[in-house]
Amino acid sequence: MEFFAWAMVAAGIGMGLGSLGTGIGQGLAIQKAVEGVARNPGASGKILTTMMIGLAMIESLAIYVFVVAMIILFANPFTEEVIKLLAK
Amino acid sequence: MIEPFLFLEWLTEQLHLHIGKHVLYTWLVMVVLLVVALAASKAIKLVPTGLQNLMESVLSGIADLAEETMGPKGMAYFPLLATLALFILVSNLIGLIPGFYPPTANLNTNAAMALTVFVMTHAIGIKEHGLSYLKHFMGPILLLAPLIFVIEIIGHLARPLSLSLRLFGNMYGHEIVLMIFIGLVPFLLPVPMMLMGVLVAFIQTFVFTLLAMIYIAGAMEEAH
Repeated sequence: MEFFAWAMVAAGIGMGLGSLGTGIGQGLAIQKAVEGVARNPGASGKILTTMMIGLAMIESLAIYVFVVAMIILFANPFTEEVIKLLAK
Repeated sequence: MIEPFLFLEWLTEQLHLHIGKHVLYTWLVMVVLLVVALAASKAIKLVPTGLQNLMESVLSGIADLAEETMGPKGMAYFPLLATLALFILVSNLIGLIPGFYPPTANLNTNAAMALTVFVMTHAIGIKEHGLSYLKHFMGPILLLAPLIFVIEIIGHLARPLSLSLRLFGNMYGHEIVLMIFIGLVPFLLPVPMMLMGVLVAFIQTFVFTLLAMIYIAGAMEEAH
């Protein structure tokens, strides 16, 4: 049974760490974009497009962590083996 | 996991058919898009009104983006990109209506689209450059070519993976968050999340289309 408890813990901690780094990265990106727009409002369209691409790239890191967390929680490949071992 | 009621799935269960729900709702999106396209182009006028006006502004928006990213040469691939954009947008948005399931919340749909883009980029590269398309993978220095080649191949293989997983993760994650919020407090609390869902739907469509454009543009440009 401990296996599943640790799997939950791993999913939670992994998601937290993943979103921590992603949050810092996106914050830095938005900071620079806002600075750029404040200096040159005429270039806001181009900056917005580039920033969106960058944000999506950074965000995909958190999304990968999310997918891994979902695999751990709902589609764990070791579940059957663990249940078999528990039944013994 | 608790699934909301999906009317198309219920309908096929009544008919004793077993088709995946993402396939069913993909068909629904296809029907919606076909009907809208036929209705918009049935009586084309010089001064557009109503549905034709809407579709023209949407398509000219995508066309402007395509021309800006890929240049005039890339407009040959505009139909593919516009189809992808419209399909993804409609599939993302129908997920907000109760009883509908966004086909993009399933990895298979996204993998199909991302693989189409992947094959298309390389087909375009080979069509534009012939055998010298290999130079794209070689890097600037011939001595380092074996090393760069491996890295480039891995980089190119990561593209469909990241394209499909990004869209899947966003849409599926949004579904899960909504489900958890509805389970906790069903009254009014999920509304801000649904508002964010609209935003995510548009941004993910934009990102997928723009990345596909950038990949195609990268395949078309000369090797450095």
